[in-house]
Amino acid sequence: MNNNLKNVCCSGDCSKNEKDCIEASRDLFPENILKFIEQCLKDEHPNSQLITVLHKVQDHFGYLSPQTMDAVAYLMQIPAAKVSGVASFYHYFRLKPCGKHVISVCLGTACYVNGAEAVLKKFSEELGIKEGETTHDGMFTLEIARCLGACALAPVVKIGDDIHSQVTPDKVPFIISSCLKK
Amino acid sequence: MSLNDVTLTIDGQKVVVPKKTTVMHAAEKIGINVPRLCYHPRLSLEGACRVCIVKVEGVDPFVPSCCTEVQEGMVIQTNSPEIREARRDIVELLIDNHPRECQTCERDGNCELQNLAYSMGVRERLFEGKRKRHPLDNTSVSVVRDSEKCILCGRCFRVCNEIQGVSNLSQQGRGFSTVVTPAHGANMDDSVCVQCGQCINVCPTAAFQEKRHTDAVWGAINDPNKLVIVQTAPAIRAAIGEGFDLEPGTPCTGKMVTALRRLGFDAVFDTDFAADLTIMEEAHELVERIKNNRSLPHITSCSPGWINFVEGFYPELLPHVSTCRSPMTMMSAVIKSYYAKKINRDPKDIFVVAIMPCVAKKYEITRPEFSLDGMPLTDAVLTTRELNWMIKSYGIDFTKLPEGEFDSPLGESTGAGVIFGTTGGVLEAALRTVAEVILGQPFEKLEFESVRAPVVGLREETIKIGDLTLNLAVANGLVNAKKVLDAIKSGEKQYHVVEIMACPGGCIGGGGQPYPPHGYNILDPTLIVKRAAALYAIDSQKKIRRSHENLAVQKLYKEFLGEPGGEMSHKLLHTSYHPRPRRGIK
Amino acid sequence: MGKIKDQYQKLQEQAQKLTLSPDVIQIRVGSATCENASGAREVAEEFKKNIVVYGSDNVKLLTVGCTGRCSCEPIVSVSKPGKKMVVYQKVDRETAHKIFVSHIKEDRLVEESLLGDASIYNTNKSQTAYSPSQQNLAGFPMTEEFLKLYGDIPFYNSQTRIALRNSGIINPESLHEYISRQGFLGLNIVLDKADPEWVVDQISIAKLRGRGGGGFPTGKKWHLARMSEEKIRYVVCNADEGDPGAFMDRSLLESDPFSVIEGMIIAGYAIGAQKGFFYIRAEYPLAVERVQKAIDLCHKEGLLGKDIWGTGFNFELEIRLGAGAFVCGEETALIHSIEGERGQPRTRPPYPVVKGLWNKPTVINNVETLANIPAIMVMEANNFNKIGTAVSGGTKVFALAGKVNHTGLVEVPMGTSLREVVFGIGGGIPNGKKLKAVQTGGPSGGLLPYSVIDTPIDYDTLAASGSIMGSGGMIVLDEDDCAVDVAKFFLIFTQDESCGKCSPCREGTLRMLEILERITSGNGTLEDLVNLERLANLVKKASLCGLGKAAPNPVLSTLKHFRDEYLAHVVDKRCPAKKCAALIRYEIDPEKCVGCTACARVCPVKCITGERKFAHIIDQKQCIKCGACFNICKFSAVKKT
Ligand SMILES: Cc1cc2nc3c(=O)[nH]c(=O)nc-3n(C[C@H](O)[C@H](O)[C@H](O)COP(=O)(O)O)c2cc1C
Ligand code: SF4
Ligand code: SF4
Ligand code: SF4
Ligand code: SF4
Ligand code: SF4
Ligand code: SF4
Ligand code: SF4
Ligand code: SF4
Ligand code: FES
Ligand code: FES
Ligand code: FES
Repeated sequence: MNNNLKNVCCSGDCSKNEKDCIEASRDLFPENILKFIEQCLKDEHPNSQLITVLHKVQDHFGYLSPQTMDAVAYLMQIPAAKVSGVASFYHYFRLKPCGKHVISVCLGTACYVNGAEAVLKKFSEELGIKEGETTHDGMFTLEIARCLGACALAPVVKIGDDIHSQVTPDKVPFIISSCLKK
Repeated sequence: MSLNDVTLTIDGQKVVVPKKTTVMHAAEKIGINVPRLCYHPRLSLEGACRVCIVKVEGVDPFVPSCCTEVQEGMVIQTNSPEIREARRDIVELLIDNHPRECQTCERDGNCELQNLAYSMGVRERLFEGKRKRHPLDNTSVSVVRDSEKCILCGRCFRVCNEIQGVSNLSQQGRGFSTVVTPAHGANMDDSVCVQCGQCINVCPTAAFQEKRHTDAVWGAINDPNKLVIVQTAPAIRAAIGEGFDLEPGTPCTGKMVTALRRLGFDAVFDTDFAADLTIMEEAHELVERIKNNRSLPHITSCSPGWINFVEGFYPELLPHVSTCRSPMTMMSAVIKSYYAKKINRDPKDIFVVAIMPCVAKKYEITRPEFSLDGMPLTDAVLTTRELNWMIKSYGIDFTKLPEGEFDSPLGESTGAGVIFGTTGGVLEAALRTVAEVILGQPFEKLEFESVRAPVVGLREETIKIGDLTLNLAVANGLVNAKKVLDAIKSGEKQYHVVEIMACPGGCIGGGGQPYPPHGYNILDPTLIVKRAAALYAIDSQKKIRRSHENLAVQKLYKEFLGEPGGEMSHKLLHTSYHPRPRRGIK
Repeated sequence: MGKIKDQYQKLQEQAQKLTLSPDVIQIRVGSATCENASGAREVAEEFKKNIVVYGSDNVKLLTVGCTGRCSCEPIVSVSKPGKKMVVYQKVDRETAHKIFVSHIKEDRLVEESLLGDASIYNTNKSQTAYSPSQQNLAGFPMTEEFLKLYGDIPFYNSQTRIALRNSGIINPESLHEYISRQGFLGLNIVLDKADPEWVVDQISIAKLRGRGGGGFPTGKKWHLARMSEEKIRYVVCNADEGDPGAFMDRSLLESDPFSVIEGMIIAGYAIGAQKGFFYIRAEYPLAVERVQKAIDLCHKEGLLGKDIWGTGFNFELEIRLGAGAFVCGEETALIHSIEGERGQPRTRPPYPVVKGLWNKPTVINNVETLANIPAIMVMEANNFNKIGTAVSGGTKVFALAGKVNHTGLVEVPMGTSLREVVFGIGGGIPNGKKLKAVQTGGPSGGLLPYSVIDTPIDYDTLAASGSIMGSGGMIVLDEDDCAVDVAKFFLIFTQDESCGKCSPCREGTLRMLEILERITSGNGTLEDLVNLERLANLVKKASLCGLGKAAPNPVLSTLKHFRDEYLAHVVDKRCPAKKCAALIRYEIDPEKCVGCTACARVCPVKCITGERKFAHIIDQKQCIKCGACFNICKFSAVKKT
């Protein structure tokens, strides 16, 4: 993927027509996403699947880039400003690439009163990054979550699909090193 | 009182209004103007600013009057002490997160936020703290975005979506960090903006502004080596007075000319002259298309906002668009060729300033097609607002000015030229000429009432000229243009001529027109109607009302251009279009 | 009409055929997110292995949802033929193996891992008498099963489980297990009756109020939707559960998705909708997976889709994911989100029952509300409303968390006292600390001080005490928690979650937060307190949606109940709970200090000096109040003041 392309079709003196833009958009996506979009377009309310499509795109690419969002705009025939407006509204959507391991420290109420702030601080110290940042080697992204629904096991940290419960600051180095082994 | 009426009490007074009326409008009926910011009569309801809150008896939270419908027996207070304090605090919260820059701000003196803060009595700041920081987006050649001054009332993106159908703007992010930008937070230059300037019009603050050309114009005026020529678009004279507290709809042609002279312009010409010229060319092109049944419908081309739109969003329809340049550009071309020769000046020494109701024109003049041997045809575009400011800064008391006359020869125009400023005007002007060209003989009918309806966004008409039946469509506001274009594309409609103006109401509602005077909203139908009436009044008082009867135009053809559609016209008065990257979706 | 009943009969028979014979030994291991997080997967693996290794054909490992006894997870229960079910807590691989060889093979209980006292399990007689509200459940297989299995075990024995009736008992992915416990009987009754109006009346008679927080009477909501002239209508299940510290809906969807689905189908029938949406937050992948599986199974069985049971009633369900926005729990924001827009609310009225999804009448109900519906149909509204209070029928599930011994999901009748929940079922406060307050309603709620501990929990009583019922999050705070800090915590949350549409909430919550930050960092003034209250009232009364309207509640309720704490921060520059870092001081007591140097070594800014074996001293100017010295000193010589 050419990152210089701010938009899927082209960025300058474009003589391409609508069809080419849509072709270029199609090239970005795997078959399952294209199929899904095609199906959506037959739906009674095609635009209503925008968030579902963005989820699928993020699942595939790890994040939503301007290119992929524009491609969604073309394929679903939704204004690009709206697509990016929607994507940037929801915190679940990542607009920047993330590390291999995404560490989400829950700062929900139960986790907070059980000491999650200290856990977050420890992760931040150990990894040398602040929340929302990714380590230089691209291994870790540190994020804050607002409740993962395992409150009774607070403080809770989610890494990938795994939920670590009753995390204390001293467990942090171990958790990090066990990730590195994966 | 009918079954469809509702009786309620507002501030102790009984009011009877039809069902579904909002509390805000019911209050207006008895002379209470509830303060408001996000509300706009032409746009969908946002209910976001909460400045319009009122107290409804029996309801605990305050209620936004702009989006609450009346109910039988409601008892409302619009000015209880608690409501006044809440309103004041809301406005304070808005200015707490706003630059303290009024004195150096474009909108100082006519800013809705500033006025509100004053009238709500915000004299001290109780809650001040951190405020948002956003870089100034100065990238576009016509529209400047200063998000620090944005109060998120949502009018701009609503106008851009709902009236213009461009959907260039949306809110990005959320909460305190919400910011209104084009897709992906990009700057205005890197967007699908068609530069119509309607976002500037509706914005209550200085968060959207036109790119200022005043400094360049002062510079040229003060440069002894420059001959500074100014031309004024038809719609200016119908609105300029509003900036000087004249009743909307007061025609101000003569005062405007005098003011321009006093500002130091060397010659004052009328873009209406070029409008007549445009009709000569366009009528010629149209008749040719009708005769050969080629590229119909023929679509007008004098609105650069519209041209940006069609190039970006409907490139496949470009062959339908008239190749005529806009009147402004035709005028500049004539000034820098014919007129320069006539007065024996090097066109490079001539600085052409156009006073336009329009923001997109600031972009139009940068198009490479509109230069002559590398020299721009038009050097600066001032909006009506900018001109008003210049007049004020010169200490000119506009209302007391004597009536002036345009300079010759490019100041002569017909009634047809002046109605270009309103929606339907181009078409009507064209019909006046086309009818006679087609028939080859005088055509009695002058006024085509049926195409005159400045507040209707989309009209269709069938007109008979001899045994020729012409299907016409007139659209203003690009969302209406879309409807026409889609109907053309799908083959659902067969028109002969389509007039499209980007701005609602045409140029009288242009993106560069004065902020509305007290008691009016921008895009307010009543305001648009008054401005249009001014133009029709000027038209009706003109002795010559058909473009082809303009003697100066006839002379121009005789002395310089030759035939309409001829070689010289092609070089100076016509252009070609290019599909531009859409980077967005219809 | 009998035809419809016959079809259910057939379904029942099918389900019964698939049901395990009573001779089989059953091991139940939970499989909800909470359990997986505590290692339930490995435990299940271990059992599987053991079954194979020991060739135990008569032993079956069952996957179930969670029973909501979170702090004891992973929980394993073993049922042997003719015996009471035995429940183990905090089981790991090793214990699992022990359970297998000792209990399953040889009938010796692994006593050290039992949940509750061994005496409970050593007799087959039930020891606990049913409470009046439990007696109402006893007549129905649907609700009695839980009492039979868990009725003697502390924490469970005083709960009245209707919404959670199947949680931890059945396999959430098995339709026949659901059916075998009177699943879809409610729908069958409804379709057999063929009178939607009657269904709505029943819900009204049941006095069911919305469990999503607002407590709006569900029957009334359905009735309003029915009155519409629009033909197309929708049902939406609100499973956004954005309130941090609440996890009832997640657990319910993961443990018993069919109940919610059945509730939705009944709602659809009652209001005349043909389509329903589940709006589930994306943070709950397992719930999404289970609901999707359940929908697919129902389709296969003809319980969803066209012409259900030949009645001509069509109903489809679709899942839509949230994407990390608390405000999307608000109805109009939720609607925008399903429509594919930014999740920003709009003013109501019009309410969603008049103009909802795509401007059509839409009933939005919470997960728990919907899970109650089938039970109401089966046990009849008149029995349901006997449980609870005079104005609010049934039970409420609370997610008990924070400083409480037994964290987990608790379902009790409306009107139960806070004391019963926190000190009875919850087992009180750990480490001998004192209860400071109970936070209900999450960021929209407030703090209830000890003085109101005997208040019966209901929508109106909690509102009168300055909090709200909310969706069921219940966080217990002890004396170490600072009221101002907790208020600040919630404001950080609401400020971060504000959608930004309306000015009071967008701007006002930040200003409130700034004031609280000043107060907790020792820079607050009395004027700040006045302005804080002024802003709080403004945001509450002028904001557009429920988020903003409720955002000041934590502040207002702490100002009401804990004003002295605010004053201590502002006037004395002191944090009584010793929580706000800027307001505490670490000092070394020279009497107690033995000069071990541990503190000096651990201090990150090296501001502790002193000779070995002599009392140390902290340079207060440099101290960053990290607390490291306090934590490391073995001689309690470091004092926090
Ligand atoms: C900010 C906000 C968040 C909400 N979050 C939820 C939620 O997560 N789950 C829920 O069921 N209701 C939530 N609600 C309440 C819903 O708007 C709505 O009242 C409820 O879903 C109606 O269902 P019920 O009548 O069954 O309670 C929330 C309301 C607000 C204002
Ligand atoms: S936009 Fe209005 S309030 Fe803001 S600085 Fe300018 S004049 Fe002042
Ligand atoms: S309004 Fe007040 S602050 Fe502004 S310039 Fe005048 S005197 Fe100064
Ligand atoms: S100038 Fe016109 S097209 Fe551009 S953003 Fe403003 S309203 Fe939209
Ligand atoms: S830019 Fe102007 S019109 Fe747009 S939201 Fe901000 S204040 Fe309102
Ligand atoms: S309608 Fe007039 S003001 Fe508007 S863009 Fe076109 S020319 Fe400019
Ligand atoms: S109250 Fe807050 S969340 Fe609700 S609409 Fe206003 S800004 Fe958005
Ligand atoms: S750790 Fe405690 S005992 Fe040891 S030096 Fe420090 S204060 Fe004294
Ligand atoms: S609190 Fe932290 S910084 Fe202060 S003395 Fe103790 S260890 Fe050092
Ligand atoms: S508060 Fe952390 S998981 Fe719920
Ligand atoms: S004008 Fe009514 S909320 Fe803004
Ligand atoms: S055990 Fe499942 S919610 Fe706690």
